[in-house]
Amino acid sequence: MQYFLGIDYPTLWYLVIGLLFSGYAILEGFDFGAGAWHLFLRKDLSRRVAINAIAPVWDANQVWLVIGGGALFAGFPVMYATMLSAMYVPFMLFLMFNVLRAAAIKFRSAEEMLWWRKSWDYAYSISSIMIAFLLGVVLGNILQGFPIGENYRYSGGVFFSFLNPYAIMVGFTTLALFMTQGAIYLLLKTEGRLHTRLTFLLKKGMLFFIIAFAMTSMYTLIFIPEVTQTFRDNKIFFIAPVLSFLAVANVPRLASKRRYKLALLFSSLTMALLLALVAIQLYPTLLISTIDPKYNVTIYNAASSQKSLGIMLTIVLIGTPLLAGYFYFLYKTFNGKVVLDDTSY
Amino acid sequence: MNVEILARIQFAFTIAFHYIYPPLSIGIGLIMVIMESLYLKTKKKEYEILTRFWIKIFAITFGIGVATGIIMEFEFGTNWAVYSRYVGDIFGSALAAEGLFAFGLESAFLGVLLFGWHRVKPWVHLVSTIGVFFGSMFSAVWIVVANSWQQTPAGYHIVGQGLQARAEVTDFWAMVFNPSSMDRLVHTWQGAILAGAFLVLSVHAYYLRKGRYVEISKKAFKIALTVATIVSLTQLLSGHSSADGVAVNQPAKLAAMEGHFEKSAPADLYLFGTVDKESQKVTGLGIPGGLSFLVHQDFNAPIRGLNSFPEKDRPGQINAIFQFYHIMIAIGMGLIFLTLFASYMWWKKKLFETKWLLWVFSYAVILPQIANQVGWFAAEMGRQPWVVYGHLRTSDAFSQEVSANQIVFSLVMFTIVYALLLVLFLYMMNKKIKHGPYDEQLEPVSFQ
Repeated sequence: MQYFLGIDYPTLWYLVIGLLFSGYAILEGFDFGAGAWHLFLRKDLSRRVAINAIAPVWDANQVWLVIGGGALFAGFPVMYATMLSAMYVPFMLFLMFNVLRAAAIKFRSAEEMLWWRKSWDYAYSISSIMIAFLLGVVLGNILQGFPIGENYRYSGGVFFSFLNPYAIMVGFTTLALFMTQGAIYLLLKTEGRLHTRLTFLLKKGMLFFIIAFAMTSMYTLIFIPEVTQTFRDNKIFFIAPVLSFLAVANVPRLASKRRYKLALLFSSLTMALLLALVAIQLYPTLLISTIDPKYNVTIYNAASSQKSLGIMLTIVLIGTPLLAGYFYFLYKTFNGKVVLDDTSY
Repeated sequence: MNVEILARIQFAFTIAFHYIYPPLSIGIGLIMVIMESLYLKTKKKEYEILTRFWIKIFAITFGIGVATGIIMEFEFGTNWAVYSRYVGDIFGSALAAEGLFAFGLESAFLGVLLFGWHRVKPWVHLVSTIGVFFGSMFSAVWIVVANSWQQTPAGYHIVGQGLQARAEVTDFWAMVFNPSSMDRLVHTWQGAILAGAFLVLSVHAYYLRKGRYVEISKKAFKIALTVATIVSLTQLLSGHSSADGVAVNQPAKLAAMEGHFEKSAPADLYLFGTVDKESQKVTGLGIPGGLSFLVHQDFNAPIRGLNSFPEKDRPGQINAIFQFYHIMIAIGMGLIFLTLFASYMWWKKKLFETKWLLWVFSYAVILPQIANQVGWFAAEMGRQPWVVYGHLRTSDAFSQEVSANQIVFSLVMFTIVYALLLVLFLYMMNKKIKHGPYDEQLEPVSFQ
């Protein structure tokens, strides 16, 4: 086993993937969240502003999914193959809604007809909601484990087994979290009456999140207590849930003070911390086998070779500063409120 | 139908649909870079109008390319789980590099390219256009490297047995520069640039025929024609070099492409024909010993035929591979002829008066698209029955835990959404082209 900074390669790669997924959740969180609120905005102009708030950045944000997926394929091919084939239906739906959403963003404002815009508004909002929900559903299933047998073969239900109560709860929690994130982002990008309306919507979003999160947490503690085992064994990790609670509590306070950038930072922090909770709990397992722990997919039996992980860590070390530079340039260019011009959708 | 066939149909369908768009983006990207550079250099209004017009078209092709591309990335895992575990160590690093180096570059600069015209300085905008173009070129690098590794594996060793077996990297650069990757990369790039250049030619030929936007269309046509002529000529070289590589590395594929069965005999080169698998005969017009000459510069040199491979190691659809390969070559030759002839007319200063030629160019946009598609079909079907040549069979590579019903469900879903997407794409392109680079009535532009 090879080490870098005292950490073995598979663990490092686990951290890299965790960071990529956090980045995806944070950035696409506000994209999907903004989309989820879309139908709550009534006027056509408001909806156009909302779409143009994300238009210059959403494609770049989506790159985090591409890189995250690639990193998972590269680092833990066994996890990638087993999870995707086990979660076939939710992932296919997820991909389909991604296509629909991309089409809606591009085509919505291309025609004036009311029916055209209305149809795309529905397509856009529903696909944003479904993507957020499905991501949560997949996470919920990962937390519960899958019937995985020999040779990493999934032997569970085919069509609807992914829609179990716990997964649905995690789905709603994810949606609520994204909607909070989305409302704050839109507050940052809008002015006037639309802004006032979003202040009201953010409060609804926070309430939705608190209810969903409380229900999911209770369900977890009562019905699947093993999910919290790591935390009981190692009390120091309790710092993560405590911090995430503090971060969430900070969001409405900062929003009411109109400090939206900070509020966005804290809601992003909440997402990162919640994902850290999941990561700490699972480590070093990636997929829990409900048949027998010996069939668990872990970061060690799922990992690519040391050589390959080493190459990819080099790629990440070179690529990340470049990517950070591109994103800095992009967000700096489109800093501030939305201004519609002849390049806008 | 069984799971393997369904999984193959779904992959072929989604990748073929996806591959309409990225080549257009690469090709238009290059033309945009040229147009915008000319704008910065000359400060002429017509180049600004052209650049901004093609940015709008680019936005559509790029958007659909990204949306349909993400599906490909995840389809490896959903439908080809055994394959994913087998190649993850190798394919994965290429895919990760692609995401980080290529998609990061193109998507971040895309925002500025599409929405930044009034927000950044002109040279910063040009840098963004170049960034997007390079990003799209790099993305071709990594995906073609990964695919070429499947055709001609190198820099790896096999670890484990049975379903646990997988390929691991031993030499990263040998993997990247495997025997076929550079030939195929250049060939793919050229095909992509031709797809974009012919779209530009088609649109501006249409305007010239209709007498609209005549001044700017002449400029755009000349730019695209220059690119198309150079690239279609050099395409011949990369194509020949690629075929030479196939002769050495994948003899069964070469034999299938020309319908050559005899174990060791001189092989003919066909212009067209049909292959009958039963009688092992090709009916058509060909040059006797032509293939032998191309590979060995000797009309009598023996070429290894399909019969020298065990039945189970031969590609199945010989006639289809033969046809796809020959359509690609016929189109390639046609494009050379067309662009050379147009260049000659340009030199004679008769290009824009020759209406029938402009008419041909308006419709020729379909040709590089067909060539790109059938070229890939020949390459991928010719690799069968292997998914990783010589190591992993397609029939062993699919996800066995996924049922036929699940694939039917996703396939129906893809078909509906993609049909909608194609209609929208054609509708929006048509609308943007009909509307034109600017409104002639509202804002008459003078270029004096």
